[in-house]
Amino acid sequence: MARAVTQKRKMINTALAWTIGLLIFFPILWTILTSFKTEATAIADPPVFLFFDWTLENYSVVQERSNYMQFLWNSIIIAGGSTILGVIIAVPAAWSMAFVPSRRTKDILLWMLSTKMLPAVGVLYPIYLLFIELGLLDTRVGLTVVLMLINLPIIVWMLYTYFREIPGEILEAARMDGAGLREEILYVLTPMAVPGIASTLLLNFILAWNEAFWTLNLTAAKAAPLTAFIASYSSPEGLFYAKLSAASTMAIAPILILGWFSQKQLVRGLTFGAVK
Amino acid sequence: MGQITLEKVTKSFGEVEVIPPLDLTIEDGEFTVFVGPSGCGKSTLLRLIAGLEDITSGTIRIDGADATNIPPAKRGLAMVFQSYALYPHMSVRKNIAFPMRMAGIDKAEQDRRIEQAAAALNLTDYLDRRPGQLSGGQRQRVAIGRAIVREPSAFLFDEPLSNLDAALRVGMRLEISELHKRLATTMIYVTHDQVEAMTMADKIVVLRAGNIEQVGSPLDLYHAPQNIFVAGFIGSPKMNLIEGAEAKKHNAHTIGIRPEHIDVTEGSGTWTGTVGVAEHLGSDTFFHIHQTGLAESLTVRAPGEVNLRHGDTIHLTPREDQIHRFNAEGLRIP
Amino acid sequence: MATKHSRSAARLMMAPAVILLLGWMLVPLTMTLYFSFKRYLPMRGGDQGWVGFENYVRFVTSTAFWPSVQATLIIVGSVLVITVAFGVLLALLLDQPMWGQGIVRILVIAPFFVMPTVSALVWKNMFMDPVNGLFAHLWKFFGAAPIEWLSQASLTSIVIIVSWQWLPFATLILLTAIQSLDSEQLEAAEMDGAPPLSRFGFIILPHLARAITIVVLIQTIFLLAIFAEIFVTTQGSFGTRTLTYLIYQRVLESQNVGLGSAGGIYAVILANIVAIFLMRIVGKNLDA
Repeated sequence: MARAVTQKRKMINTALAWTIGLLIFFPILWTILTSFKTEATAIADPPVFLFFDWTLENYSVVQERSNYMQFLWNSIIIAGGSTILGVIIAVPAAWSMAFVPSRRTKDILLWMLSTKMLPAVGVLYPIYLLFIELGLLDTRVGLTVVLMLINLPIIVWMLYTYFREIPGEILEAARMDGAGLREEILYVLTPMAVPGIASTLLLNFILAWNEAFWTLNLTAAKAAPLTAFIASYSSPEGLFYAKLSAASTMAIAPILILGWFSQKQLVRGLTFGAVK
Repeated sequence: MGQITLEKVTKSFGEVEVIPPLDLTIEDGEFTVFVGPSGCGKSTLLRLIAGLEDITSGTIRIDGADATNIPPAKRGLAMVFQSYALYPHMSVRKNIAFPMRMAGIDKAEQDRRIEQAAAALNLTDYLDRRPGQLSGGQRQRVAIGRAIVREPSAFLFDEPLSNLDAALRVGMRLEISELHKRLATTMIYVTHDQVEAMTMADKIVVLRAGNIEQVGSPLDLYHAPQNIFVAGFIGSPKMNLIEGAEAKKHNAHTIGIRPEHIDVTEGSGTWTGTVGVAEHLGSDTFFHIHQTGLAESLTVRAPGEVNLRHGDTIHLTPREDQIHRFNAEGLRIP
Repeated sequence: MATKHSRSAARLMMAPAVILLLGWMLVPLTMTLYFSFKRYLPMRGGDQGWVGFENYVRFVTSTAFWPSVQATLIIVGSVLVITVAFGVLLALLLDQPMWGQGIVRILVIAPFFVMPTVSALVWKNMFMDPVNGLFAHLWKFFGAAPIEWLSQASLTSIVIIVSWQWLPFATLILLTAIQSLDSEQLEAAEMDGAPPLSRFGFIILPHLARAITIVVLIQTIFLLAIFAEIFVTTQGSFGTRTLTYLIYQRVLESQNVGLGSAGGIYAVILANIVAIFLMRIVGKNLDA
């Protein structure tokens, strides 16, 4: 709102908003700070906030003891793979729905949305059974496919809303200029939709990274991503706050950074274009 | 070559028939304008020729060969869209090169044609810019450049000037006309603006509700409109249409007389009325006249300055040889 | 508007996505439905034949069922109330002019990007631990006896954790909605002499109604399915066994697949009831 506001009001707003913002952010901040403490400092009474001997020891211990890199690698493969695979399948589908709409387009979109609402626990055993049958249990391939499927509706929807903003005449121009369907999608639509596709990739990467039902239930050791790595810390083993914090920080840091870039797309992606 | 023939072409969207069976031949090298009010099916007809829409039945021939089921990319036609439809992520050069890239023309030839088109269209300085950095007129020229380089057998224009302001529109109109004279390629041009139709066309196709009302040269349409619709649509200001007793005198159901064919006569005249609004343009004066007993309002165009104001009585004399007669079905009586 | 060519191409290009999702939906759902009518105990005798609706009856008559419904309702309801109420207030605040707006926004949104297992563990150990947690220190500082959060106030604890995760989502969506409000409307109301509170009540809140509905529906669907937060904190004990968790335990822990599948079908039906409302709204928006 471009309205004149007194300096005093602005100062009150600022103070209030920063206080609340820091309060909400505090658990994350505390985790990051604790990750640099020794285990003794981490449980000091009273708690130490900033003035302690900073140490990186926890990070190396976590890596050594639980092979953090393997979990990280699994997370990257599974989240990245499922997202890219999803986009490859979704781009043609979204093209069809955005540019060659039929009477059924709306129903198909809503139906896709409804599959996203299926409670995972309702199909847990069948998927478990199928995974055993197909030898997919605790494999990255299996998890990649499952995460691709649960995020596919969101990917299609996001791309669909982005594609709808591209004027159809430009694609028709490409057709008149001699482009076939492949060229039309590859040389004209995709480059024009790069911002939309990038946002879609980003948001779905985050969603896949944080997914914590299938990743916990369909993996054991080999294919376990960071969600499972952290869950393995749930049984207390003595003095472990600092190490838990270090592990947590490593698990969330990459995604926090990506997440900050995708705030705007978050709204669009998670409300299926219903809030703009 | 670029002769386009439509044989019994129809188009329906679901239950709605937007083009009833239609036959039309566009000769090679001709500048044909499809004109009509919005919703008359002129753009649909153009898109059928382009192949962007399927025809429901009938045949489209391009140079005699059946093109009905050929996809747009293979018809050898180029199209300029109302929104220009430039590729926003490509430079002007790449935009113009795109159809040649699709056709697999070699790089040197591409460059030669781009330079040539850019020179002809005054775009040489802008080749490395993006469409977003160009003015409306420049974008229009890029769209035309993109159409020219592929050396199509015909150009299709879909209301290309409607997004430009009035001054630019006149300039671009001339440029397109000159382009046609130079290339002598078939052009099909869709517009709702009868001035564009009259000034540019070799042949005008007047459409209403998907039906062809009349096909002819601009002056044919002006001098001998085949029905009341064409009579009213072509010419500006609109032709005056008079029914009733005055028409009976001429053995017609309706008579039509263009504003420029009614003279303002001093003292007395065939008709008398009261000036409602007088539009003084300097070169001409337009009178909108009430209380003539003929029609609700008559429009008269008098050359030069005529000093009559609102409320003045005016005497009018129509030129008898310029009166168009129509029967009860609205068709011309020869 | 298109040609036969492009329409058939469209159908072809939609096929992979549609077929995959159709398979993903139908195959497991059919299997769940199939198991739900069987006595099926993989570890104790396997498939023991058809039992009709017995599993469905047993699931709702077991002693664990109603407490789990209650726990689910308390968690979902409380989180919704907290996130929507604070979300509206936060969104209003963030819409005001201030210094460092962008940074505050980032601070507020951050929890949404924290993976559920991390947030649950961090809260459980570093805040809610009765000995070393920050809350314990805080309570002691004020002379109170520390609370054993996850056993004595288990549902409250889960609600706090989940609310913290979802508050950013509600705030972000409501903020987007507030920013789409035409500021001239507010100025007109101000000119008409409406004080701030009535401007909020008569203009802002009605404008937000749709966004709030969407937040409620989407969150409900996700909240009904929360799993990791319970899995790493209480494992369903101390009254935190939600419907989802109960089904999970029936299937994987007690290996009673028939019973768990019947529960799963209940969960599917429940989610669908919510989904229908959500899809109505989204569908209407598609027409616009």
